[in-house]
Amino acid sequence: MAAGSSSEYIKHHLTNLAFGQHPDGSWGFAHSASEAAAMGFMKIHVDSLAWSIGLGILFLLLFRMAAKRATSGVPGGLQNFVEVVVEFVDSQVRDGFHGRSKMIAPLSLTVFCWIFLMNLMDLIPVDWIPHLFYLSGVEYMKIVPTTDPNITLGMSLSVFALIIICSIKVKGLGGFVIGDLALHPFNHPNIFVKMLLIPVNLILETINLIAKPISLGLRLFGNMYAGEMIFILIALLPWFIQWTLSVPWAIFHILVITLQAFVFMVLTIVYLSAAYEDHDVDH
Amino acid sequence: MDINMTILGQAVAFAIFVAFCMKFVWPPLTTAMRERTEKIAQGLQSADQAEKDLELAKEKAAETLREAKQQAAALVEQANKRANQMVEEAKDQARAEGERLKEAAQAEVEQELNRAKENLRAQVATLSVAGAEKILGKSVDQSAHNEMLEQLASEL
Repeated sequence: MAAGSSSEYIKHHLTNLAFGQHPDGSWGFAHSASEAAAMGFMKIHVDSLAWSIGLGILFLLLFRMAAKRATSGVPGGLQNFVEVVVEFVDSQVRDGFHGRSKMIAPLSLTVFCWIFLMNLMDLIPVDWIPHLFYLSGVEYMKIVPTTDPNITLGMSLSVFALIIICSIKVKGLGGFVIGDLALHPFNHPNIFVKMLLIPVNLILETINLIAKPISLGLRLFGNMYAGEMIFILIALLPWFIQWTLSVPWAIFHILVITLQAFVFMVLTIVYLSAAYEDHDVDH
Repeated sequence: MDINMTILGQAVAFAIFVAFCMKFVWPPLTTAMRERTEKIAQGLQSADQAEKDLELAKEKAAETLREAKQQAAALVEQANKRANQMVEEAKDQARAEGERLKEAAQAEVEQELNRAKENLRAQVATLSVAGAEKILGKSVDQSAHNEMLEQLASEL
């Protein structure tokens, strides 16, 4: 393959199917990367969002089916599997989260399963589904939603919003701003020193707070993007040696996708747990 | 990095999915699991209880058996004692009866003897008178020699 076509191939594989407002005001699909770039914020990555929502619905349907048929008697195959996952997530929540919340466990389950499914799309050979869509007239198709920073940041920012809401709900607005942001991590009994330390604390803690969703989203995105990139690079090799690299990488990637889903879930639990904790009690 | 409205779409989808999971997926599953846990705990507990009951029943059975054996032994002993007693009593009775019979027989013999003696004495008197008569050739006046005759008879 020539260098030009290789880079085109890679670019093509990394371009989302975007639907949005063209600079001239009309709405429609972007037919090239530059058209998509011209749309700016006013566009939606249809492929990412569709696969993401589709996989989320798949997860919910599967678990809803098991939940509907759930009995306290002898469980069937599906229920067994679902219960193993639920038990696993529940134990993680119980280990990491000491507050009382009805939302945190289902949230963790959704995060873990959903991200796992989205990551799992990475194991489908990179050309299969995009090529099918290409044949039916859709030019761009990125099937791994977690390689799109919009998806991962969308989730991590939702978690961030939850952190803020929970903090304010538990400690009150004043308690959150003063206790968590202003008097933490440095505090001093002397009022003068305390006043001096407050700006330092505010800067440190605000950065700390904002770093949470960014690192959460970008970690997942980075891992999956890199994995996808390597699959694409492997796909550039002659077909008869591709398997010598793609098979080991795919097997290794099974670990990565599970681990990344797990990390996202655990960090969500940890962040929310911190939001529920009162620092005044600690000190 | 290309940040756009997808981020909002994903956030909305995320919120809806979490809400759905929280309402329709998590509660039934955890309820079923908790119920099963309780069921198993109950089953184990009742198994323990049954084992204890069995142990207790076994002990009770052994106790009852031991008591029954003791009672049976006591009964047999009592019966033996009673039998011995009865045999002793029977022996005593038999001995007493024998004694009595012997005495009665002795008394009868004595009586017979006395009667025979009486008879003999009377006959001796008569015979001696007859003899004397014959010897003397005359009749003996019984009243005259009565004293002598009686003396003779008593010497017999």
